[in-house]
Amino acid sequence: MSWTTICSLSDINPNAGVCALLGEEQVAIFKVNGQIYAIGNKDPFSNANVLSRGIVGSLNDTLAVASPLYKQHFNLETGICLEDETVSVPCYQVRTEGDLIQIAI
Amino acid sequence: MSDKKHLIVVGNGPVGHQFLESIAASGKAGDYHITVIGEEPRHAYDRVHLTAWFETREAASLNMVADGFYEEHQITAIANEKVEGINRADKIISTDKGNTYQYDTLVLATGSFPFVPPVPGHERDNCFVYRTIEDLEAITAASKDAKVGAVIGGGLLGLEAAKAIKDLGLETHVIEFAPRLMAVQVDDGGGALLRKKIEDLGVKVHTQKNTQNIGDGETAKHKLSFADGAELETDILVFSAGIRPQDALARQSELEIGERGGIVINDNCQTSDPDIYAIGECALWGGRIYGLIAPGWDMARAAADHVLGGAEGKTFTGADMSTKLKLMGVDVASIGDAHANTPGAKCYTFIDEQAEVYKKIVVSESGEHLLGAVLVGDAEDYGNLLQFALNKITLPEHPEAMILPNLDGSASVGLGVDALPDTAQICSCNNVSKGDLCAAVQGGATTVGDLKACTKAATTCGGCTALVGQVLNAELTKLGVEVNTDICEHFPYTRQEIYHLVRVGQIKSFEQLLEKHGKGHGCDICKPAAASILASCWNDYILQPEHAGLQDTNDRMLANMQKNGTYSVVPRMAGGEVTPDGLIAVGTVAKKYNLYTKITGGQRIDLFGATLDQLPLIWKELIDAGFETGHAYGKSLRTVKSCVGSTWCRYGVQDSVGAAIDIENRYKGLRSPHKLKMAVSGCTRECAEAQSKDVGVIATEKGWNLYVCGNGGMKPRHADLFASDIDTETLIKYVDRFLMFYVRTADRLQRTSVWLDNLEGGLDYLKKVIIEDSLGIAAELEAEMALVIDNYQCEWKTTIENEERVKQFRSFVNVDGGDKDIVFVQERGQIRPATEEEKARNEDLIAVA
Ligand code: SRM
Ligand SMILES: Cc1cc2nc3c(=O)[nH]c(=O)nc-3n(C[C@H](O)[C@H](O)[C@H](O)COP(=O)(O)OP(=O)(O)OC[C@H]3O[C@@H](n4cnc5c(N)ncnc54)[C@H](O)[C@@H]3O)c2cc1C
Ligand code: SF4
Ligand code: FES
Repeated sequence: MSWTTICSLSDINPNAGVCALLGEEQVAIFKVNGQIYAIGNKDPFSNANVLSRGIVGSLNDTLAVASPLYKQHFNLETGICLEDETVSVPCYQVRTEGDLIQIAI
Repeated sequence: MSDKKHLIVVGNGPVGHQFLESIAASGKAGDYHITVIGEEPRHAYDRVHLTAWFETREAASLNMVADGFYEEHQITAIANEKVEGINRADKIISTDKGNTYQYDTLVLATGSFPFVPPVPGHERDNCFVYRTIEDLEAITAASKDAKVGAVIGGGLLGLEAAKAIKDLGLETHVIEFAPRLMAVQVDDGGGALLRKKIEDLGVKVHTQKNTQNIGDGETAKHKLSFADGAELETDILVFSAGIRPQDALARQSELEIGERGGIVINDNCQTSDPDIYAIGECALWGGRIYGLIAPGWDMARAAADHVLGGAEGKTFTGADMSTKLKLMGVDVASIGDAHANTPGAKCYTFIDEQAEVYKKIVVSESGEHLLGAVLVGDAEDYGNLLQFALNKITLPEHPEAMILPNLDGSASVGLGVDALPDTAQICSCNNVSKGDLCAAVQGGATTVGDLKACTKAATTCGGCTALVGQVLNAELTKLGVEVNTDICEHFPYTRQEIYHLVRVGQIKSFEQLLEKHGKGHGCDICKPAAASILASCWNDYILQPEHAGLQDTNDRMLANMQKNGTYSVVPRMAGGEVTPDGLIAVGTVAKKYNLYTKITGGQRIDLFGATLDQLPLIWKELIDAGFETGHAYGKSLRTVKSCVGSTWCRYGVQDSVGAAIDIENRYKGLRSPHKLKMAVSGCTRECAEAQSKDVGVIATEKGWNLYVCGNGGMKPRHADLFASDIDTETLIKYVDRFLMFYVRTADRLQRTSVWLDNLEGGLDYLKKVIIEDSLGIAAELEAEMALVIDNYQCEWKTTIENEERVKQFRSFVNVDGGDKDIVFVQERGQIRPATEEEKARNEDLIAVA
């Protein structure tokens, strides 16, 4: 496992997300109250690469992002869909090194 | 001769008619020869809403008899004929027309007549009562040559009459014998505030005045002389000094009569002659006359059931006399023992002189039950409190909390409607129970408007409207339907409440709002709503980094996301007008970026298939060519459709295109609870379909007709005519106020149509607020709109001029380039998103330009 530097903390707006391209893989990275989370960017319900552009928030204390297309929610820590637990997106390890955000691949 | 029995109803008022409806509803109308005889020139009409006659001046608008009702149930309805005698021995009645009718069962529903105090001069010309449509016609005719009007009597009806006279344009006085207005229903504290409110309507109030003579006036037609030596001159005089039961027929035929009048009835509404019933305001039950509609209707139902054999066992066993005044802008309600006459009763009073609110509750000695209440200035709690009193629901430990304002945002202490049994009567006027409402919701009703239509609840006095809304929401919640009250789990408020919290608390960010009034992290429901509120309050540039995360992608990226993750681009073409050069510029951009091009339903051009990183580039070119954002994404003004109008069209009477462009430019960018659509037509042919818009304008010879609250979409609604023949300046003024009032008070995602259908008081109320400025907020609304207009900026222009912002449109944060997964195919000469099968086949795919 190696850590890849993606961007700096200030590249992400507070409580919002960005998309990173890692080889062929698209990863949605979110910053919520200073914490960083990373899950797959492809919305399994539409097959469009859009999750990084969803609204983040909490539902019953679970941090989640809402798909901007059909509004299903995905748990930011596990990638599991809150509406349908049989559906999930990949989930990535992240860390911050000083101001830098890194992803494990 | 058939052997059908003869059933005759004397008096065709609201109660007589309810009796016929109950018989008809039983399906047994065919078992009788039914005749109803009424003295008035027309069949039953809605006396409770008599004052509404002034709005249309057409009797038909008050009619209570459904088309074909009499024919369908073979009822003979006779108008203009007065029953003058009853021969009980032979069971025959006789009329002023010399006709006689045989009956087996007779129902007296003769109502009441206004009491005119025997003051010398009371029979003079221009002295009226306020009871029938003819009375109102006569008052209106007399008002034409009058300057001053006075009403004797400051009770419920007197105040209604006074407001009507005021609205006829007369200087208006109310004269009351008691020391306060509505003396029966309201206590001293409430009376003082009520007086102030009535005076604010422009009506002069004189209490403790005993009128002793009416004679010739010097400056006006009459001079009233009072016992204390004071005098008042007036051209018109209306007596509203109470009612007396119309019991002449019963007296003459020696039925039992109460000491102070009224036909004595038992629980089945039978008089002392078991073949004769009496119902409504002519009947005396338990020593009491009930001068309200709801008890009358209860009597009608009980009598009908008994006449038909008593299958349902309905009886009349008294009724509640709680009432709510239905005067615009004056909230007054009184429940049960308002004067705390019950031994041991305790009172709690809350007075807010600033907000002009007075509330009192009367509680039983044990503190367990609510006995009565008086509400002035804010009668919102009426429904709740009434249910506590009627159903003897145990009061909370601190009953005063029920009338104290909840300042810290804690949930108000109401009665959860869940506490009510299904049998609890919610609408007493129309006898609608909680169970009836729940059944209607289960049957598909989702708004108060739906419930009104299918159960009649809240359609008479309106006192139950708030409670009907609560039952609706509670039931919808049970059915798992999202209810628009608490916006989401993070804020225990409606959108409207949040709007006020933001504005009053000068809140400028979501974090501030969450910290002060919410919990958790927020979500995709409350964040966009807060963003829209922050934008409509402060019109701050939408892409400020601290706002960005609040927005739906459409608002954040200033474009609508399509099914494959690309976006559409809609430049504004105000009024649908576009120059050839403009068209060429749009075409050039579309060609360069290989975008799918379509004319929208809103008279402009939509360009589809742009990727995130292309958006700023495309917009830069469009802006350079003179275009602005069309806000196709926001909850904001979409388009103002126009027809070509007088400039070209042979029928046009005004420049509808010019007007549409001005209107579109004025309101572009305004953030609102839902999207807004408008249109302007150049004449009544209405080619711009203005009557299906939130704001519709149709040119007339003299100016413009303004329509509001129309809707296309899922549930179309015709717009309502709001004002006629107004000039452009007035038009803009009204639209400014209308839009801002909507922005302030509507719920999240509530189009103007649904908003109006749920607005208490409806169109009339809206007109009063906007046109007459009844709430005194017009100037404020206009100022708020001016602020929004002044702060307008094309969000796309601001965006492309700021490098930091443009960065947010990168497809990837770590590398340049676009999303390779986005592919199209060619169809009818343009691109469209490839389907999953087409992607799998991997033939003829087109990548992003
Ligand atoms: C593009 C357009 C269809 C077209 O190709 O003609 C369109 C497209 C969409 N409409 Fe529409 N509507 C378009 C005219 C209309 C009209 C006709 C009109 O405006 O004269 C109506 C009926 C009139 C009305 O709204 O009262 C209309 C009624 C709706 C509704 C139902 C609204 C309702 O109150 O029931 C929705 C859903 C909503 O807003 O919740 C909707 C929603 C949408 C959305 C935003 C759905 C979505 O979330 O993706 C579509 C996105 C458009 C985009 O990407 O730009 N659209 N839509 C039209 C754009 C007009 C414009 O220039 O801005
Ligand atoms: C301006 C106004 C506002 C009101 N507001 C409210 C309110 O907000 N809430 C509320 O609960 N109540 C209100 N009321 C009271 C309500 O209108 C009455 O309770 C209701 O009309 C009683 O109905 P009724 O059928 O018993 O009597 P009426 O409405 O008086 O009808 C009786 C009918 O019988 C006819 N009649 C009488 N004698 C004869 C005869 N011998 N032969 C033939 N016909 C005869 C009369 O002409 C009349 O048409 C209001 C009344 C008025 C006038
Ligand atoms: S609405 Fe009237 S003025 Fe406008 S195009 Fe139609 S006919 Fe002409
Ligand atoms: S209680 Fe009067 S309308 Fe419902």
